[in-house]
Order: sequence, then C-alpha cells, then structure tokens
Amino acid sequence: MEKKSFIRKYPVFVVFAVLALLIVLAAIFAPQLCGDVSPIKGSLKDSIKPPCAEHPFGTDKMGRDIFVRVLYGARTSLSSTFILVGVIFVIGTFLGILAGYFGGWVDTVIMRLADMMIAFPGLVLAIAVAGILGASTRNAIIAIAVVSWPKYARLARSLVMKIRHTDFVAAAMVTGSRTPSMLWKYMLPNTITTLVITAATDIGGMMMELAALSFLGFGAQPPNPEWGSMLNEGRNFMQSAPWLMIYPGLAIFVTVVVFNMLGDGLRDILDPRSNEGR
Amino acid sequence: MGRKQILSRLAQMLVVLIGISIITFLLTYLSPGDPVRNMYLAQGLMPDEAQVAVLREEMGLNDPFMVQYFRWLGNCLRGDFGTSFALQKPVVTLLAARLWPTLKLALFSMVLMLIAAVPLGVLSAVYQDKPIDYLVRAITFFGVSIPNFWVGLLLILLFCVQLRLLPVVSSGGTFKDMILPAATLAVAMSAKYTRQVRTAVLEELHSDYVIGARARGVAEWKILWGNVFPNSLLPLITMLGLSVGSLLGGTSVVEVIFSYPGMGNLAVQAITSYDYYLIQGYVLWVAIIYMVINLLVDVSYNYVDPRMRLRR
Repeated sequence: MEKKSFIRKYPVFVVFAVLALLIVLAAIFAPQLCGDVSPIKGSLKDSIKPPCAEHPFGTDKMGRDIFVRVLYGARTSLSSTFILVGVIFVIGTFLGILAGYFGGWVDTVIMRLADMMIAFPGLVLAIAVAGILGASTRNAIIAIAVVSWPKYARLARSLVMKIRHTDFVAAAMVTGSRTPSMLWKYMLPNTITTLVITAATDIGGMMMELAALSFLGFGAQPPNPEWGSMLNEGRNFMQSAPWLMIYPGLAIFVTVVVFNMLGDGLRDILDPRSNEGR
Repeated sequence: MGRKQILSRLAQMLVVLIGISIITFLLTYLSPGDPVRNMYLAQGLMPDEAQVAVLREEMGLNDPFMVQYFRWLGNCLRGDFGTSFALQKPVVTLLAARLWPTLKLALFSMVLMLIAAVPLGVLSAVYQDKPIDYLVRAITFFGVSIPNFWVGLLLILLFCVQLRLLPVVSSGGTFKDMILPAATLAVAMSAKYTRQVRTAVLEELHSDYVIGARARGVAEWKILWGNVFPNSLLPLITMLGLSVGSLLGGTSVVEVIFSYPGMGNLAVQAITSYDYYLIQGYVLWVAIIYMVINLLVDVSYNYVDPRMRLRR
C-alpha cells in the first residue's frame, strides 16, 4: 500500500530509478549478457562491419563488437563515476564540516585551499594533473577529485555555520558532548541531505568529465572498453564507420540523462522547496 | 565597489595567485617522471646516466623545494616561463601565439550562447508552465546532459562529412573554422545559461514592483524590458563570468576535436610529450586570465547596479 502511494507521488523518480537500476544491472551482468563474446579480442575478418543482426552496433577495425564494448564500457564508466562522486563527497563534506565547526585557522587554511582550487577554471587543472600523473582511470579520478571537492566543502561549511551558534548546539556542548560526537551527531546530519542531493545531481556531470578525460587519452586506456576512449578511437573512422562514434556517445548521453533525472527527482523528494525556482 | 573594496579584493587575489603558483609548481615538482629524462625522450633521444646527472645539477633540480620554487617564481615574474622541451621554443612565445585564437573562440561561442540563451530564458520565464516553457526546459535538460565532445563529433559528421559545408580541420583559425567549435561550446553553455536566465527573470517577475506596475496599467513589454530584465542582469553577469571558467577548460577538448590552433590543443600535446614547462605555463596563464575576467565582472557591477555605487 505504502509503496504504491510512493510511486503515485513521485512517478518520475520511480521511472528513472528503475532505468538507472537497469543500467547498473546491465553493467554488472555484462559478461552474462554478452555470452562469451570478448570486448577486447575480435576477429579481423569481422572488421568494420555496419550494424546488422549479428552485431547490433557494428564492429570496429579490430573486429570487436561495439555493442559488447559499450556494455562492458558501462562497468568502467559507472564504477569510476561512483567512486569519484563518493570520494569528493566524503572529502569535501569532512573538510567543510571541520572548517565550519572549528572556524579560526582551520577554516582559513581549508577555505583558502578551496579558493585556490576553484581559481583554476573547469577541466584545466584536471587535465594537467591527469596528464602528469600518467594516463589511467585511477589518475583521472584523482585529477577530477582534486578540483571538485571545494564545492562540497563550501556547501558543508555554510550549512554547519548556520547551526553552529544555535541554542541546541550550545546545549549539546554544555552538557559535555565530545567533539567527535558533536561533529558526527549534530553537524553531519544537518548537512547530509543537501550534500546527498548535490552528489546525486552531480553524477551525470562527473561522468561527462571523466569521459572527456578519457576522450583526450588521459583516462582509461585501450584496449579496455570505456565510452570516452571509444569515442576517441571512433573519431578517426568518422567517414567510413560513423557507428563507432555514435553508439558510445549515445551510451554516455542516455546514462547521463537518466542519472540527471534521477538526481532532480531525488532533490524534489528530499527538498521540495527547491522546486519553486525552477 | 569602492576603492577600499578594490584594494582588499586585490590583496585576496594576491593570496590566491601565490596559491596558484605553488600548485602549478607542485604539479611538475611532484610528477613521477624525471624531467631531464623526459626532455631527452621528447626529443627522441636515449639519455645516458652521466649526462642526466650533470643536467639535473645544471638545471638546479637537486636544490631544496623552496629554492627551486622561488627561482621558478622569479623567472615567471620576469616573463620567463622556461623553454618547451619538445618544441624547443620559449613557452611565452608558444602560448602568446595561441592566446588570441582561444580567446577569440571563447568570445565567439559566448556571443552565440547569449543569442540563444537570453531570448529562450526570458520566453520560458514569461510563459512559465505553458507549453513553450516545457519545451525550453526539455531542450535545456538535454543540452546539459550531452557531452560537448560528442556534440562536436556529431556536428562534424553532419556538416563536414554528410553535407560537406565546412572544413573538418579548423587549423586555420579563420572565421569559418570557428563556426563549428564555437557552436559546440555554445550548446552546453547555453543550456545552463538559459536556466539561469529563466530563474533570474522569474525571481524579478514575482517581485512587488511588477505587481505595482501592472496595477498602474504599464504595458507588459515595458515592465519586462524596462524593469525586469535590467534588474535580473546582475546575477546573469556573475554567471557569465563564472561560465568563462568552464569555457576555458572546455575549449581544450573542443580544440582537440577540431584541431583548432588554440592554447588547449597545445597543452594536450604538451602533456602527451611530458613537456612540463609548457603545461605549467598553460595552467598558470589560464588561471590568471580567469581571475582577471572575474575581477572585471565584479568591477562591472559598478556600472550595472547603481546600488553598488551608493554603498561607498
């Protein structure tokens, strides 16, 4: 009964939650879905075939099935995106809460550091970090995390500052709550909703940034399937085999749409006020 | 902003600048590879160990961190950003040659973006919750969800491969070469900006003076373009300044796709050949450009918003 009313109340969220779940399941069960077709080994006699019944998305120059590669690519893209968002969320929230709670020099150091990171526009620093650390998925995650945590830190800090000097916090301190429990029991719960919403709405954007780094060659390395690097490979065959760049791009686009809708839906549920301005 | 505010702003900028310089320097200081070895590799030579040791000493790479940093900073302040390993030219010369093409591209895409975003955003705010609003919101939603490098590739596929209207490679940097790269950059940006225009205009539309003006029978278009729009400009200019950031970062991807002769393309090449000084120079330059633009945005408030002038 209760479940039904939830679906009625938030149909958009439920639809996109199911779609997102399907994408995640497809990524997890990629090996089962593809049978024994390998995403890395192909046979050269199948090279550059347009989409057909046997290869729904066609094949690339190595004779690899693009559908299989897109499906396996979901594993790399999704797992690295989730790790990235998780890392930024934890680090940003932690530093932001510390800055807001302690104030003084702790605040100054953390927030000046954040200012400096924000002073580098867009992907510029991330590209440099990824390039200098060397090209790999892990380094791409580090590179984007380095430039993205300040957003969460600033948010967490401002939320903590709002309640820092309220009576219930003072009461908790007077009654002898120790600092770790102050942070954990009072500060964190007051920031978590907003930050979870931010993280959820960021998933799509982060996925695109990771794909952009891989596209430039600073993320996942071939022959491992990853959507961004597949687009980069397909770029050279634009005239003869446009399907090489259409399907991986479509995969990114669809996944980002689903996760963006999911994030927006989650925001509408957790924070109904934000809906008005849109 | 009064004089005092400008001064304090400049002091803040100085702190951030020092930070930027430290981070930029750390980038290469902490890099796992050995710059001397990479310098040789960039020129396609295999270094022998004795040579590497001598050069390391000569370049001061064995000095303590602070010594190296201040020497590097001093050189930068004198306009010497080092010499590119791979291209064998001073970094300043290389970057300066690419600066204008990139700025030109950014500016052009911004104009395109404004042409699309301002009318759409205003329209969508005025007809809130009408079909046209839903249409605009749907378009902007897809606009922010589509990766810009894919947009670029699709545009090439359509205009260069299928229709053969424009050149695939935009290496000339002429106006015709700029059309597709600028359009690519404008897509994602205008989607974001349309939303911001809509929000800003909506906020103003709901304020009391609008109700007052309507009650007095002022024509709707007069309220919109005479009062509401000018009043919503302030947040929009701030957003414009901030979007320059994503624009400067986004250009590198787009420049690579279109082989456009800009700074971003140069930087990506520099990274693939471990050309540290060039990377350093690029990161530093772009950060400073971004900072100056945001300062200009803040100063422009003076002219856009009379309240700012009164505050002095």
